[in-house]
Amino acid sequence: MSTELPLIGDYSTPSPELSGARIGVVTFPGTLDDRDAARAVRAAGAEAVSLWHADTDLQDVDAVVIPGGFSYGDYLRAGAISRFAPMMDKIVDAANSEAKLPVLGICNGFQILTEAHLLPGSMIKNDHLKFICRDQVLRVENNQTAWTNGYEAGQEITIVLKNQDGQYVVDDNTLAELEAENRIAFSYVGWNPNGSRRSIAGVTNKAGNVVGLMPHPEHAIEVGYGPDHRGTDGLTFFTSVLTHLVGGKK
Amino acid sequence: MSQDFNIDTVGNAAATPDVELPWAELGLKQNEFEEIVKILGRRPTAAELAMYSVMWSEHCSYKSTKNHLRQFGQKVTEEMKKDLMVGMGENAGVTDLGDGWAVTFKIESHNSPSFVEPYQGAATGIGGIVRDIISMGARPIAVMDPLRFGAIDHEDSQRVVHGVVSGIGGYGNSLGLPNIGGETVFDPIYQGNPLVNALAVGALRHEDLRLANASGVGNKVVLFGARTGGDGIGGASVLASESFDDTKPSKRPAVQVGDPFAEKVLIECCLELFKASLVEGIQDLGAAGISCATSELASNGEGGMQVELTDVLLRDSTLTPGEILMSESQERMMAVVTPENVEAFEAVMAKWNVEYSWLGEVTDTDRLIITWKGEVIVDVDPKTVAHDGPVYDRPYARPEWQDALQADTFRSSEAGANLPESGDELKAALLELIASPNLCDKSWITRQYDRYVGGNTALAAPDDAGVVRIDESTGLGVAIATDANGRYTYLDPYAGAQLALAESYRNVATSGAIPAAVSDCLNYGSPEDPDVMWQLAEGIRGLSDACMELGVPVTGGNVSLYNQTGDRAIHPTPVVATLGKLDDVARRTPSGWREEADGQAIYLIGTTADELDGSEFANLRGHLGGLPPKVDLAAEKALGAILINASRDGMIDSAHDLSEGGLAAALAEMVLRYGVGARVALDEIKQRDGIDSFTALFSESQARALVAVPRSEEVRFNDMTSARGVTVARLGIVDAQSGSLEVQGEFTATVDELREANEGTMEKYFG
Repeated sequence: MSTELPLIGDYSTPSPELSGARIGVVTFPGTLDDRDAARAVRAAGAEAVSLWHADTDLQDVDAVVIPGGFSYGDYLRAGAISRFAPMMDKIVDAANSEAKLPVLGICNGFQILTEAHLLPGSMIKNDHLKFICRDQVLRVENNQTAWTNGYEAGQEITIVLKNQDGQYVVDDNTLAELEAENRIAFSYVGWNPNGSRRSIAGVTNKAGNVVGLMPHPEHAIEVGYGPDHRGTDGLTFFTSVLTHLVGGKK
Repeated sequence: MSQDFNIDTVGNAAATPDVELPWAELGLKQNEFEEIVKILGRRPTAAELAMYSVMWSEHCSYKSTKNHLRQFGQKVTEEMKKDLMVGMGENAGVTDLGDGWAVTFKIESHNSPSFVEPYQGAATGIGGIVRDIISMGARPIAVMDPLRFGAIDHEDSQRVVHGVVSGIGGYGNSLGLPNIGGETVFDPIYQGNPLVNALAVGALRHEDLRLANASGVGNKVVLFGARTGGDGIGGASVLASESFDDTKPSKRPAVQVGDPFAEKVLIECCLELFKASLVEGIQDLGAAGISCATSELASNGEGGMQVELTDVLLRDSTLTPGEILMSESQERMMAVVTPENVEAFEAVMAKWNVEYSWLGEVTDTDRLIITWKGEVIVDVDPKTVAHDGPVYDRPYARPEWQDALQADTFRSSEAGANLPESGDELKAALLELIASPNLCDKSWITRQYDRYVGGNTALAAPDDAGVVRIDESTGLGVAIATDANGRYTYLDPYAGAQLALAESYRNVATSGAIPAAVSDCLNYGSPEDPDVMWQLAEGIRGLSDACMELGVPVTGGNVSLYNQTGDRAIHPTPVVATLGKLDDVARRTPSGWREEADGQAIYLIGTTADELDGSEFANLRGHLGGLPPKVDLAAEKALGAILINASRDGMIDSAHDLSEGGLAAALAEMVLRYGVGARVALDEIKQRDGIDSFTALFSESQARALVAVPRSEEVRFNDMTSARGVTVARLGIVDAQSGSLEVQGEFTATVDELREANEGTMEKYFG
């Protein structure tokens, strides 16, 4: 059975500025932003490789994006079922291995990464109890990760926020640890849109190869199809990982 | 129902002609029941009765409107048919976009369920229309929701608005379909009868087109997706085809319950089936469930089908055959598969973890035979179920009160006395208007919807039209706008329907797209009331005439009747969706100017007359009477051509149509879109059109738009408009430094003042 993403546009064609990097994009039942993530990967100059949740072959990808959506409908806790997918076992092993496979979890992908214990904390329903979709300003708190090395420390970027269960919660000890180790990757600027602790929008693991965040960088990579202002701030996630892969800035 | 009733076989029906059947409870009229007996030559079985009752309901059979709806098929020129690949009558119409692409779209109502159970009603409205789009072989690419609620401050609006908006968001967001627009209107006339219309649009390659027919004798019939449960039984007949009445029991069990995750999986699963060419025909299960799917597939194909009903996978094992046939459980599809493809079909189901069961096969007997443990419980000619339902010529007449209504003009009324004159009064009126429920900022609603998913959304609410890209390599895409004005249509049902089309056509053109097709959702009261039936007949006549004149064909839609409580009908509300084509969506025109547009010239295209009757301003003063603004379709067409050509040739940077709230509202909205101010003067249009400042600002004359033209393009723009004989006036300029909207000689309102007025109304009521 083909694991090709059922697409309208053709994202399987290698990008003209192909860097040689191959970045996997995982699809679970209920994943929504896989095509967008694949487009972002291609826009950055890498090849997007479709990974099916039920498969066990990582296809030698150099990095993995776990995109947003409502895997398994989020009917249980968001991400709680997807973490058991065979592909997730492979990803967890590869992320923890010596090679430290770079992994980016966006929205539902972030939720899955916390459920898989690659990242600390958990997400509960937004404090205002409603779904929220808006152009969101974030501050880059840590530009030393595989996915953020192209940003300036403290840089403010605007990308898309859209979620129902986006309130990041974490116990006090872990929170202190995250702060001490500079593992808060992004925080919300201005209004805290979901009640997250310390306005945390995204975190990283100790090694900096795994990053998860609620907002959607893949929706801010192309002028005219993202936020009204500064529409391409998200592209740097995907160029950062390419820099990281060729041994550039860590 | 007793166990005996469950196995009411055809043989039993023939042997027991005098058994009393609950046809009236199922919504059938006596003459209709008698007709069924005549067709069958015996009394129907319980299962047959269930099928006929739902398929012959108003909702499924269009029995009150069929004779009128024909006009949409008749008033069509060859030119209009040129790009039409599939017209009315299929699940959704299909329009050729060129480059091998086609687009399919349709708007439908889910009004009654959304009042009874707002969350599920609205959610399953999205689900149903999306399955219609999939059934054509298309990938759904966007949804829109035109909504009408009762008074914003009515206590029940809390329940309905919260439920409907979160239902649309909860379901639509989970499908990965951007919600790109719609409208929201509050009016006490919709109290108890909210309108929840849902539109979906899909894109497909020409070769992927699928139709609902069961062809190929011996091919297998399969039901897949969610299991069949007891929800939505009689949704089409009992709920959607009768007026609400406080004395009857709750109709809650007739509302379906949605599972968006199942639908999302079903979408991807179907697209994979299409890609591998594994299905011969496909039909979604919506209103009337299996009754509809089997009878329509069979009658559109070879003519016969044999189905074993006990093979249907159930959520509730106690369902009777009739209930299984009528259930409107969501997220189900029925397909016809050749025996060679059965294995491959099952592999796709396994990949997506979708349940399925093989129910039977296609025959050439011209009979739809449904068995229960091998015993025949349905033996009918499927055409009599699906297509030969009753057709009524309902009596209609112009209401006696129509003349008095039209004579009661705003200017002559008490409400129309002491109109704003001074600059301060005009400013206060503008601020009041943009804070009012119908013109206030609706982002409280739209931010609960995902407008970004897919990465192809080029414009979404609050822009005039939603625009989505279809082909990334060329930029080919579509623009869609939905519009209706119930007050205009109440004042003049013929003109009102035309004005709905005119506005959606204008909105699409404003975005730079070429209008190509129309889908309509005709929301009216009870057709058994001659007044309402007249509104409906006039509406269809008006809309079909206007489509002919504008050269855009109706490709499908839906009629929603019985939107009334007791004898109080809603305003006739024909919601018209126009779809336009953009060769490159990068050229689309946004509805406001950005800072970079500083110094661009602001032009008003079109002329303004004293047309306040039915306007938002009159509505603010609690008046409804007189005649709606004059329809001028030739002017709309000319305006559309200007907007489209100017956009294509880079002569305009932003554009916004003038509609509810007139020039005043349009100026404020353009300023608020990106928070960038402007300076304008009204002198030229006041003098030219012979009107005062109040009329210039608040009249709702049609065929008008505001555009911002870069200085370097002004000569070209003026040459084009004068060559085409279209009247324009240069009102002023974009002023990025001012931070305000200045109407020279009248008033200045800062962007902050405007924003404060415009935002917060929804939050005030809904938190």
